[in-house]
Amino acid sequence: MTKSATSKVGRRAVLAGLGAAAAMPGLTRYVQAQSSEPIRIGFQVHRTGIGAAYGRWYDRTSKAAVKVINAAGGINGRPIELVTEDDGTDPKRGAEVVEKFATAHRADVVFGTLFSHVVIGSAPRAGELKLPYFVVSEGHHVASGMLNRYTLQPGITDVKSQVQAMAPFVADNLGKKVAMIFPDFAFGHDHRDFFSAAIAKQGGEVVAKIAIPPTESSFTKYFARIPRDTEVLYHVMVGPAVLTFVKEMGEFFGASRPEIFGFLDSLEAVDLATPGLEFLDGTYFWEGNPRYAQADQSAHDKFFREAVGVDANGASVSDAKDVSTYSHMFGCWETLHVIKAGMEAAGYQGPADRAKLIEAIEAMGPMAESRAHPQGAKRFNGKTHQTFGHQFISQVEGGRLVLRHRTSIEDTLYPDEVDYTTRPL
Amino acid sequence: MEFGPHLILALLEGLVQASVLMLTALGLSLVFGVMRVVNVAHGEFFMLGAVLAHVVAGWFGAHPALGFIAALLLAPPLVALAALAFDRTVLHRLGHDPERTIVATIGLLYVIQQLTLMTFGPEARPVTAPFNHRIAIPWIETTAAGLSFYFPWGLSTTSYKLFVVVAAFAASAGVWLMMARGRVGLVLRATQLDRETAQAFAIPVHQVYGFVFALGAGLAALGAVLVVPIRQAHYLMGGDPLLLSFIVVIIGGLGSLRGTVWAALLIGMSDGIVSVFFSPTLAKILATLLVALVLVYRPGGLFGAKPA
Repeated sequence: MTKSATSKVGRRAVLAGLGAAAAMPGLTRYVQAQSSEPIRIGFQVHRTGIGAAYGRWYDRTSKAAVKVINAAGGINGRPIELVTEDDGTDPKRGAEVVEKFATAHRADVVFGTLFSHVVIGSAPRAGELKLPYFVVSEGHHVASGMLNRYTLQPGITDVKSQVQAMAPFVADNLGKKVAMIFPDFAFGHDHRDFFSAAIAKQGGEVVAKIAIPPTESSFTKYFARIPRDTEVLYHVMVGPAVLTFVKEMGEFFGASRPEIFGFLDSLEAVDLATPGLEFLDGTYFWEGNPRYAQADQSAHDKFFREAVGVDANGASVSDAKDVSTYSHMFGCWETLHVIKAGMEAAGYQGPADRAKLIEAIEAMGPMAESRAHPQGAKRFNGKTHQTFGHQFISQVEGGRLVLRHRTSIEDTLYPDEVDYTTRPL
Repeated sequence: MEFGPHLILALLEGLVQASVLMLTALGLSLVFGVMRVVNVAHGEFFMLGAVLAHVVAGWFGAHPALGFIAALLLAPPLVALAALAFDRTVLHRLGHDPERTIVATIGLLYVIQQLTLMTFGPEARPVTAPFNHRIAIPWIETTAAGLSFYFPWGLSTTSYKLFVVVAAFAASAGVWLMMARGRVGLVLRATQLDRETAQAFAIPVHQVYGFVFALGAGLAALGAVLVVPIRQAHYLMGGDPLLLSFIVVIIGGLGSLRGTVWAALLIGMSDGIVSVFFSPTLAKILATLLVALVLVYRPGGLFGAKPA
């Protein structure tokens, strides 16, 4: 029956019909794109695996940013639609998710990845697909030239600039002999290499470099390797066991601790009032964005907190025990606003304009402190695809973080290591 | 750190690890010894114990000690009940066949892990220890005035860690007493020696199996409840205990309780010492190498029966 029906129609007619059918949906989509079709932003999130606590807050922050942007008219009048996929904080899964965004979801751009090993696993595929890939990771791998023209980090500063801005404070106020504890993957190695170099410039030295596998669950055995003559302990940890890490640090030192300088990564999503953390009183932390609303809180920070649902102590307004990853998650908010600004500058219509979008963002340069940039002003380097901004140093006082020092953007600058704009689009 | 205090610290850390490992491995060893079932989901029962400890402790939030005691009393029996249900519904229907049960427990591993992820969530959650005091340990040094005590930097443990060691040894002694002295032990040993003859003597073999599987899971959960105030409850925490328990059970001799205890101490302590002095990765390499050597030269394990 079927056979005779097709044979009557004839080959040419079938071909012509197929061609028309293929053209039609494309045509209608293009017409819609002019007016109202949403911009689809693929959101690669660490919903499970060792990055889950960050993922939860990256998700809330991104949704809040999309709500704010859409309420104000979206991008060129088109609303943003966030398409979320979990990568399990796994590099292999990360590359698959990027692929899925490009083919199954037909996303315009992809954004949101944090953990550096997942970024490094996913970015090459995004580059091959010529899919703009906005990471919120802190890793130096973007600015180092390791990735590609389609990978950008416009919403959060990188480890190299952060530690470079911290080293003078550590050397001047805490001590010159530093023992470092860091997670044993790219992000931790960035800390190790760049801080060693930065403290040497200040006349200090790193007396021990202690790497800890990110899946480790007990830490006393590592603390035993801290040399006795250490003046400053520099710690940065990530993963589900961070609370255990800091608690065991307190149990190890007891009353006779050295000066301690940590990156707040070691306590992101952890309540500072948790029993066992009392010993941190008086120690210092780098913060990407002050968790506790400070006396001189800006109107933009206030707006950002309210939109995401974070109280003055950096916890969820609905659950005071659900502490945010405040030092990092602003990066999602700011990145989404950069994508909006970039698309509007490029007159972005659809996937054919992806290269124009990259060029528009590369041309951005300075970004003023505003609702779009509540953490502070930024300076985007179009050649290295990396943004630069202020860093914060806070001291623990009565179970709260009190801001002591805010670095300038100049403190965080370093010479370019790559010029992505010379690479083909 | 000087060598002496460093070694003491390594031994203390190793002892805590060894005692929890001993409980977990005893559970695995019992299940294999009596039932001949290789329980790949054993680490997930451990994880379930820790997660339930967090949940139960949350119900009794008033005081950390109250919450912890409730977790200690409730979590292991709950995990044992879950294991019993799995034995009744799945393992029993497979006739406790050694090969098919491996596949079944692999399936169970993923079911427990994903169910925990879906309900409990991916975050690590702490349980507050009922008591926790830092105990600094003195050391002797020779000064101009002769021998004197001092407190070396970092040489310390906590009262709770010592409690974990004592509790784990007490629970292991309980298991040993039950196996060696009680009527239950007689029935278990009879089933282990010869299932068919035991059945001929009116021992309800399938009920014995259900009991042993529940007991094995309960021991893993007990180890987890003890350790969760030191670590944290997390849905992926079952991997390490499973691997280490297998290492211990193979080195100690499958089904040999005495061998399991000694092997747990050996692996736990050497892991502590090697981790502190060299690196944790080297400790795992050495343990795995030891397994390979034991399998080649003493396939029955260091304390197991020699192969016929």
